[in-house]
Amino acid sequence: MEPILKIEHVEKYYGNKLNLTKAVDGISFSVNKGEFVAIMGASGSGKTTLLNCISTIDKVTSGHIYVGGVDITKLKGNQLNRFRREELGFIFQDFNLLDTLTAYENIALALTIQGVKANEIEARVHEFAKKLNVEQVLQKYPYQMSGGQKQRVASIRAMITNPKLVLADEPTGALDSKSAKMLLENFEYMNQSLEATILMVTHDAFTASYANRVIFIKDGKLFNELVKGNDSRKEFFDKIIDVVTILGGEVNDVI
Amino acid sequence: MLFKLSLKNIKKSIKDYTIYFFTLILAVAIFYIFNAMETQTVMLEVSNSTKDIIKLMNTMLSGVSVFVSFILGFLIIYASQFLMKRRKKEFGIYMTLGMSKGKISRILLLETILIGTVSLVIGLVIGTILSQGMSIVVANMFEADMTKFSFVFSTKALGKTILYFCIMYFCVMIFNTISVSKCKLIDLITANKKSETIKMKNPILCTIVFILSVVMLGYAYYNVTVLNTTLTSNQLLTDIVLGVIGTFFLFWSLSGFVLKLVMKRKKLYHKNLNMFILRQVNSKINTTVFSMTTISLMLFLTICILSSALSLKNSMTNNLKELTPVDILLSKKANLTSSDQYYGIPYTEEQIADSKTPITDTLELLDFDWKNNLTDMINVNIYATNDITMKDTFGTEYGAIKKEYPMLLYDSAEPIVKVSEYNKVAKQYGNPTYELKEDEYMIIADFDSMVQIRNRVLKKGTTLTLNGKTYQPKYPECKPGFIEISANHINTGIILIPDQTLPEEMKEETYLIANYTGKTEDEKEEIEAQLASEEVSAFEDKTTLSASTKISIYEASIGLGAIVTFIGIYLGIIFLISSAAILALKELSESSDNKERYMMLRRLGVDEKMIRKTLFIQIAIFFLFPLIVAIIHSIFGIMFASTILETFGNEKLLSSIIMTAIFLIFIYGGYFIITYLCSRSMISEKE
Repeated sequence: MEPILKIEHVEKYYGNKLNLTKAVDGISFSVNKGEFVAIMGASGSGKTTLLNCISTIDKVTSGHIYVGGVDITKLKGNQLNRFRREELGFIFQDFNLLDTLTAYENIALALTIQGVKANEIEARVHEFAKKLNVEQVLQKYPYQMSGGQKQRVASIRAMITNPKLVLADEPTGALDSKSAKMLLENFEYMNQSLEATILMVTHDAFTASYANRVIFIKDGKLFNELVKGNDSRKEFFDKIIDVVTILGGEVNDVI
Repeated sequence: MLFKLSLKNIKKSIKDYTIYFFTLILAVAIFYIFNAMETQTVMLEVSNSTKDIIKLMNTMLSGVSVFVSFILGFLIIYASQFLMKRRKKEFGIYMTLGMSKGKISRILLLETILIGTVSLVIGLVIGTILSQGMSIVVANMFEADMTKFSFVFSTKALGKTILYFCIMYFCVMIFNTISVSKCKLIDLITANKKSETIKMKNPILCTIVFILSVVMLGYAYYNVTVLNTTLTSNQLLTDIVLGVIGTFFLFWSLSGFVLKLVMKRKKLYHKNLNMFILRQVNSKINTTVFSMTTISLMLFLTICILSSALSLKNSMTNNLKELTPVDILLSKKANLTSSDQYYGIPYTEEQIADSKTPITDTLELLDFDWKNNLTDMINVNIYATNDITMKDTFGTEYGAIKKEYPMLLYDSAEPIVKVSEYNKVAKQYGNPTYELKEDEYMIIADFDSMVQIRNRVLKKGTTLTLNGKTYQPKYPECKPGFIEISANHINTGIILIPDQTLPEEMKEETYLIANYTGKTEDEKEEIEAQLASEEVSAFEDKTTLSASTKISIYEASIGLGAIVTFIGIYLGIIFLISSAAILALKELSESSDNKERYMMLRRLGVDEKMIRKTLFIQIAIFFLFPLIVAIIHSIFGIMFASTILETFGNEKLLSSIIMTAIFLIFIYGGYFIITYLCSRSMISEKE
């Protein structure tokens, strides 16, 4: 299958010559269409930096990132903006919904900036809201919604433009376990029924166990990779925990 | 160490301080310009009476300066408190590092001194430069020679500006110290994490309130423009209150109403970032209803003051030509007795003796060569009797009129003039002449409100009885005309009766109307100078003779026009600065929230160009909204003022409106652009 995302020897250095930090140190992997991939690692392992590079929020020091065959490290200015709004969808830990807009408007905004027609926008927002069970909060403001509702609204916003790739940065980080479970089930649904390609960064094994494949990163380098295959989620979760243990406890750097 | 920290703080937060700086510099410069006018006017070569007027103007300007300093003081304190709020987190960090509140206060103190000094210096430099231009305007206004231009620097104004602003800065320091001492560490550190609750208003309620406000404003507009002439002061007050409340309701409801309206128009609502802009503006206006109302009303005042003040001077001079058709009008009391009093002071023997002679005799007594200096002379006798007081002329209407206008002097005797004498004057003035039958009388008046009262009475056919004879009104209304020359229509009423022999005791006053023989302005002024000489003033207690002259009326009214204009411009600009600065600060106060919002838009892939456009539209709406409301108010306000003052010519009004627009564009527009640029750099990606 053709890879949607292909990462080749990506390096990201911070600092100057005297004090160099290699946040990402030569990572290569690829994500195929329709995959649900989780990147795991402790804090400081470079997973968020990698995600920022993919999302073009940050620039790589060297290496190439191809999304749908296009080398995004070569894009500039408005090409970047267009790439972001047409090919990518974002889900953040702190939801990042616009506080002055209602849920409906937050979702619709992703479409209006692409110039989609008014009727189509309305229909699509309602269709997605129904699927992800947030229809009843569409006219509410973010401060009137629960964390789980907010994150589901945020994920609809990320999905509604039919992006090639949905990037999620610690999506369950600010949620209680019940809301987190519900959100992850939504991710599964989006991945399986709506054929969304999802790349998720997390340090939580439970969250990662919902993915098809988990990539482990340590000190900016690829450490291990697990594929769910035909395992049940429980079995996959146990395998992840094993790797995490080798990696050094859940997220601590005792080793 | 503290000094370094303060300096660095200012450098770092220069963006936040731009508006503050801009406001301070403008305030200092304007304060200096208007206080330096005294020094400039001293240098002008003008006549003595104009000098008196200029003196009066300068006294009034310095009085207004006190008022202005209060406004500026509040504005500066408001602005500095706003900056304090933005820096709460910074102070929180200092305090967690163990810095005492006293030390933080001292940093702020140093900062205030630094900013104060710099803004004072820059403001004074700009003020000095601009005040040179002002001196040309002043000279033009008083029609003085500006052949030799000299650089004027007023040390007095300099001292005054420094003193006043030092007091203001001192107040700022006190307020800063108070707000630092009241701070709690936990509040300082969590200052940025305010919980966002958006007050959502019921759209149905919004619509109702909106309609209510439109009705209220419409009613007030209708009253002041259509009914203006019959408006009493109580009704006017009601209209003003209606206008204020209506404006408040308008701001309370309009954004919600417009939001609902746009949401109905799906295409517009779903285009680009329209929904974002709408929500931004909506939330902003919802949280600043009170300030928006104040700002809008202040702008309204500014526009009215500026445009009226600028056109008043021109129109005043326009009236003069019509109302001063002759060079001089001399008047003297007639038939004084020892029991007559002038404001409680009995007349002197000489004055009583003098009152029995014609005016020309008195002129000779004054050593004024009237035979050679005066021409076109007309004598008019004013009669008065206690049989015909204002009360008598109102007849049966007296009770009703007194209830409405309790302040009129009902017991004062009305002036009576024989019709043939009036006709002579009217002919000379170019006014219509009248014929009266034996039993008829008529009233000549041009003071509007008095004309209205008298017309009511005349319509009823109220008769007058003089020396046992009854007179009927010839016309059911007053006829326009005047005898005394003046700058305005101030003739409250002269009764004309048919020619007859009236008893000598009834003669109250004699007038001598004449032109100067001089051909040129200089010659005329020379003749007038003889009349106004010191020798003549020495005769004050020997005669009751007084004169109004064309030249003095011109000077007085030009002077009055200048006073109104300068005070108008002064207050207008200060109001404009205040409202624009508050608006700018309100907009910038949300910039940290805005920064996050625009960051979010960027992540969604919005172009930088579109982000800028969105920000521009958002700020433009925020600035235009109160301005448009103010302009609509002003249209009706100026219409009202122009009918009340009856002095505006349309052409002049247009030019003054253009001037007002220029002021608005420069100051208000300047604030808008600075606000936009500051916001733009605040939301830009680079830290």
